[in-house]
Amino acid sequence: MSTYKSPAIRRYTIRLAVLMSLYVILIFAAGWTFRHSAIAGLPAYVLAITPALPIIGVFWAVMRLLVEESDEYVRMLHVRQCLFATGFCLMVMTVWEFLQNYDLVPAGNGGFGAAFFWFVGLGLGAVYNRITLGTIGSCP
Amino acid sequence: MKNRLKVLRAERDWSQSDLADHLQVSRQSVNAIETGKYDPSLPLAFRIADLFGLPIEDIFLREG
Repeated sequence: MSTYKSPAIRRYTIRLAVLMSLYVILIFAAGWTFRHSAIAGLPAYVLAITPALPIIGVFWAVMRLLVEESDEYVRMLHVRQCLFATGFCLMVMTVWEFLQNYDLVPAGNGGFGAAFFWFVGLGLGAVYNRITLGTIGSCP
Repeated sequence: MKNRLKVLRAERDWSQSDLADHLQVSRQSVNAIETGKYDPSLPLAFRIADLFGLPIEDIFLREG
């Protein structure tokens, strides 16, 4: 086994764990607050946006991974995964939007927004790397 | 791009992991370069050349 351990992947994993923990806390805190208090106006907008911040943080963490990864081949695998995820997400959201435009599916997204499909796309991007290049690298 | 990495590695009795350690890259990188799935950047190509003590053109060969 090669002893190469990517410091960038280690930092990414720590950042991801912190951000996801924060997300779980904030999503439950926001839900509980909206159910148990009559919050309205500007504070309601701020509270509603709060759980989105760790998700945005995950996008930042992925982009930092691309910047910090020193192994150029592994970095290329990550970039391919991100491009695949972006294409997949845009495709799903575009199709969904048109289905909604013609009232073939209900309005709203049931909690599955663009971020969800982008993260699914990252997973599928790893599979794409595996099929086309024979390796997934170090999966973000 | 074709290359002689596998031969040069075998001459030194190095595994892909050994070469990866010398170059401070992942084993996947060495495998991808060796099998022609990935062409390294010029800086990495120079590092490979320096490691083997050869000019780049003695390691990486033009297609055709």
